[in-house]
Amino acid sequence: MVQGSDNKSIFMSIDWITIMLYVVLITWGWFSVCGASYDYSQPDVFSFSTNSGKQMVWTLTSFALAGMLMMIEKKFYDMGAFVIYGGMIALLLVTLVIAPDTKGSRSWIPIGPVKLQPAEFAKFAVALAIGKFMDRFNFDMNNKNDFVKLLAMICVPILIIILQKETGTALVYLTFFLVLYREGMTGSLLFTAFAVVVYFIVGIRFAEEQISLNLPVSIGEFVVLSLAMIFTTLMTWIYTRNVVAFKIMAGVGWGISLLAVLFSVYVIPFDVCKVILLLDLLMIAYLMGLGIFYRYYKYVLIALFATLSTSFFYICDTVFDHLADHQRIRIEVLLGMKEDLKGAGYNVNQAKIAIGSGGLSGKGFLNGTQTKLKYVPEQDTDFIFCTVGEEEGFIGSAGVLIVYLLFIWRLIVVAERQPDTMGRVYGYSVLSIFLFHLLINVGMVLGLTPVIGIPLPFFSYGGSSLWGFTILLFIFLRMDAERNMKRQ
Amino acid sequence: MANNTYENRKFVVAGIALSIVVIYIVRLAFLQLGTTDYKSNADNNAFYNNIIFPSRGVLFDRNGEVLVYNQLAYDIMVVTREIDNLDTLDFCKSLNITKQEFIDRMNTIMDRSKNPGYSSYTQQLFIPQMSSKDFSVFQEKMYRFQGFYVRERTIRRYATDHGAHVLGDVAEVSPSDVEKDDYYSPGDYIGKQGVERAYEKELRGEKGIQVLLRDARGRIQGHYKNGELDRKPVPGKDLTLGIDMKVQALGERLMKGKMGSIVAIEPKTGEVLCMVSAPSYDPRELEGKERGKHMMEMGRDPMKPMLNRAILGTYPPGSTFKTTQALTFLQEGIITDQTAFPCSHGFRFGALKVGCHAHGSPLTLEPAISTSCNGYFCWGLYYMFGNRRKYKNVQQAMTTWKDYMVSMGFGYKLGIDMPSESRGMIPNADYYDKYHKFSWSALSVISISIGQGEVTLTPLQIANLGATIANRGYYVTPHVVKKVKGGHLADSLLVKHRTKVEPKYYEMVVNGMRRSVLGGTCHAANNPWYEVCGKTGTAQNRGQDHSVFMGFAPKDDPKIAIAVYVENGGWGATYGVPIGALLMEQYIMGKLSDESELKAQAIENKTINYGTRER
Repeated sequence: MVQGSDNKSIFMSIDWITIMLYVVLITWGWFSVCGASYDYSQPDVFSFSTNSGKQMVWTLTSFALAGMLMMIEKKFYDMGAFVIYGGMIALLLVTLVIAPDTKGSRSWIPIGPVKLQPAEFAKFAVALAIGKFMDRFNFDMNNKNDFVKLLAMICVPILIIILQKETGTALVYLTFFLVLYREGMTGSLLFTAFAVVVYFIVGIRFAEEQISLNLPVSIGEFVVLSLAMIFTTLMTWIYTRNVVAFKIMAGVGWGISLLAVLFSVYVIPFDVCKVILLLDLLMIAYLMGLGIFYRYYKYVLIALFATLSTSFFYICDTVFDHLADHQRIRIEVLLGMKEDLKGAGYNVNQAKIAIGSGGLSGKGFLNGTQTKLKYVPEQDTDFIFCTVGEEEGFIGSAGVLIVYLLFIWRLIVVAERQPDTMGRVYGYSVLSIFLFHLLINVGMVLGLTPVIGIPLPFFSYGGSSLWGFTILLFIFLRMDAERNMKRQ
Repeated sequence: MANNTYENRKFVVAGIALSIVVIYIVRLAFLQLGTTDYKSNADNNAFYNNIIFPSRGVLFDRNGEVLVYNQLAYDIMVVTREIDNLDTLDFCKSLNITKQEFIDRMNTIMDRSKNPGYSSYTQQLFIPQMSSKDFSVFQEKMYRFQGFYVRERTIRRYATDHGAHVLGDVAEVSPSDVEKDDYYSPGDYIGKQGVERAYEKELRGEKGIQVLLRDARGRIQGHYKNGELDRKPVPGKDLTLGIDMKVQALGERLMKGKMGSIVAIEPKTGEVLCMVSAPSYDPRELEGKERGKHMMEMGRDPMKPMLNRAILGTYPPGSTFKTTQALTFLQEGIITDQTAFPCSHGFRFGALKVGCHAHGSPLTLEPAISTSCNGYFCWGLYYMFGNRRKYKNVQQAMTTWKDYMVSMGFGYKLGIDMPSESRGMIPNADYYDKYHKFSWSALSVISISIGQGEVTLTPLQIANLGATIANRGYYVTPHVVKKVKGGHLADSLLVKHRTKVEPKYYEMVVNGMRRSVLGGTCHAANNPWYEVCGKTGTAQNRGQDHSVFMGFAPKDDPKIAIAVYVENGGWGATYGVPIGALLMEQYIMGKLSDESELKAQAIENKTINYGTRER
């Protein structure tokens, strides 16, 4: 093939829709940084002494970076995926040793006037490595050996980053499980993760509250134990199709529980939870028995799930009591258990005030007061969405979310058209990472998710994150541009 | 395509993304469109309305002498975060406080439950209202005390120790003041009594405002919209009072040890020249921090020094009221200046007897006024109320009589520019109908003709009677304030009120009053420099009689009309006449003669014993 026509075909195949959405987001983001970091004494937004001026530099260099990445052929990643992964793990380890302590975190390496955070860049390495791994001819997600290796590839960087005290960034790696799900990981694991979150929130939130005066039972305990029973019963039906077992469990478990509750409410109040706990334990024993009897591992797995669910409330309670104070308070505030408006709840409350004050159409560009006057902390990084909400109102902030949705939807389309597993896995990794950042960052600003310090891609001020997301995206776009070429 | 068994799961992923965005948009709608709470919260957060207080108007007397002014005081402010290397001992010494006081004050400032607006970045009030004398000591050393600042403010000061009732005072607004008028916020000052209260709107000016932007730590970041919304304060208007402070001071001096009131009016203009209410107090007692304490003390005093008797006290006018009767009878044609009535030690009719002192009999109007004959005026009323050709019945006669009284400014508020005023009492036919069950005659009400019985007037109304006679038949609404700088007086204060009696009849009464000075009850008021007209009163009372004087001078072209009321002072001639004469002399001559000064000292030293009973 002639080099020239090759380049031309690549240029023709670039997904311009994604690039357009990327440019829209990054431009919108720059204006938001202008609004958020605007200083009344420094009205020139292009001045390099302001964050908006610096962000302009980061944006332009990102474009240059994007152009360069479009030159690197997919072959390079294909062959170098594990090398890049290994190098990144090494860099993370080195960072752990040499990085100076900044606000308790050991993740930033100062290079001249700028600081870089390797954890931001490591994501694409993991994405490449798992893509390459799953692209193997005989890879099987349900093969225990393969699955454990995959888990290890994801969990090693998580561990190192947790050691760097960047829990928020480490959490982002959980998003790879969504990729694994797309590639065939059983949905029950995703469901288990969901159940854990529900247990945690309900269990902690309502642990100390009683259902009513004549029913002296902790709401949290009651709900978690009941959910454990319901989930377990339903899982038995869905995964084993054993209708008899389902009927026995549902009839005995739910029936006796209901009778106990009625007896407690109308006759003599007593601790219903003890009864439900007993029933849960019986259910676990029954499932174990079935497992042994039928020699079918799914019963054992469901029994395991039931055991975890049943004990979860008690474990959570204990863990919660042993958390560091600031962590516990953050969780309590998030769950609405504490109205600590000047302390830990301050950020979230001020963020809500800033967004709420925007109204339908906002206060106008550079006219926001809450963010500029620094009521909202970290207003140009993690809480950048406040500025959007305040200055551009509902129209602007809903607009950002919709552009994001289009962006992710486009990435799904692009990922699905990849000719090989590596491309698809990498594509899903990219979009899952964006989705996770959107979920947590906007969620915390809106007071719906815990306050975890991760940036909103293309909006939050900062070179590392902007470069990191650009690298992530443009490697994928280059891969995609090669989709029509024959694999060599 | 290799290994793509799970393609349908792309819908799950897309579904998750879609539901996240939908949930977040719903949440945004709830926050941004659902409620405006967040918006007002944001404004409270970010905008700091810095109020700039205007200076309050200054009060002058009619001669341009300053009475009430503003003085700079100094609040010592502290920014706790900036305190550094403080030499506490030296600091306390220069502020004249103890170390313990320093510690307590700092703890109070930093306690958010006691000081909710506390921020370690902003100025907090450390010591309020230091005088410039105390402050000068501190000022020299201030550069050494990092984190301490000074804020200037003005407080109300009195240049005089007289005229407390007229001047009034200012104090912090009450919650009800704030509710009634949006202009005020808690902590503002407002006029509470006297002119300060009546002219609050003129005196207070208009507050200025700076809309500032404040960051999360309470630090000011600058003017909002470059100061477009800022407003400069408008200073309050200065007032010139009609009061002559020298006359006022002399009046208060002469009333020492007595209870009662003096009111003097310039007849042509209605301007009040002095308004004494005794006992009085030093207006300076109600300055600043001690106000509350002194208010309490005075509130408990049985002599009620806070009460402005000149406009709130209602008294029987006694014989001064006879002038009004003469005018009514003349106008109604009941008498002429030649009509004579007998008086043999009083008015006798059957069992009814109104006593009188010894004088010639029968007598005509002029001598009747100059000797203050009770009999003459009782006969007058008797003939008026019994005249069935003119009035159908006694009720109609009474109504006619009442209309004359009201036209002279009695029975209703005169409308002086002070916060409150009594209306006094002029009975009408209904009143007696109710009281006597329709069976009454002139004889039942005969004592009203000599200013006793049901009739009561305020000292201001008595003085206004003097002004009306001096003007030969009209008065201008009495008012304390002469001029509002850069403004004007209310129209109601400049209205000329004509009475129902023609000027020629006034001339006759004037002659009678002149005669009482030349050779009657008021002869002590006579002097060689100008012609005084006067009328005494000895108002009967459960205890000792009240001593009353009403008069004006000079007879032609009157400059001052005056009423003196000394409770339980005995004869009108005992206190009323000499006090009235001295004040007229002070006003017309500008000072007292040596002889008068001796008289003044004698009166000043006389005390009336009122006992300690509640009154």
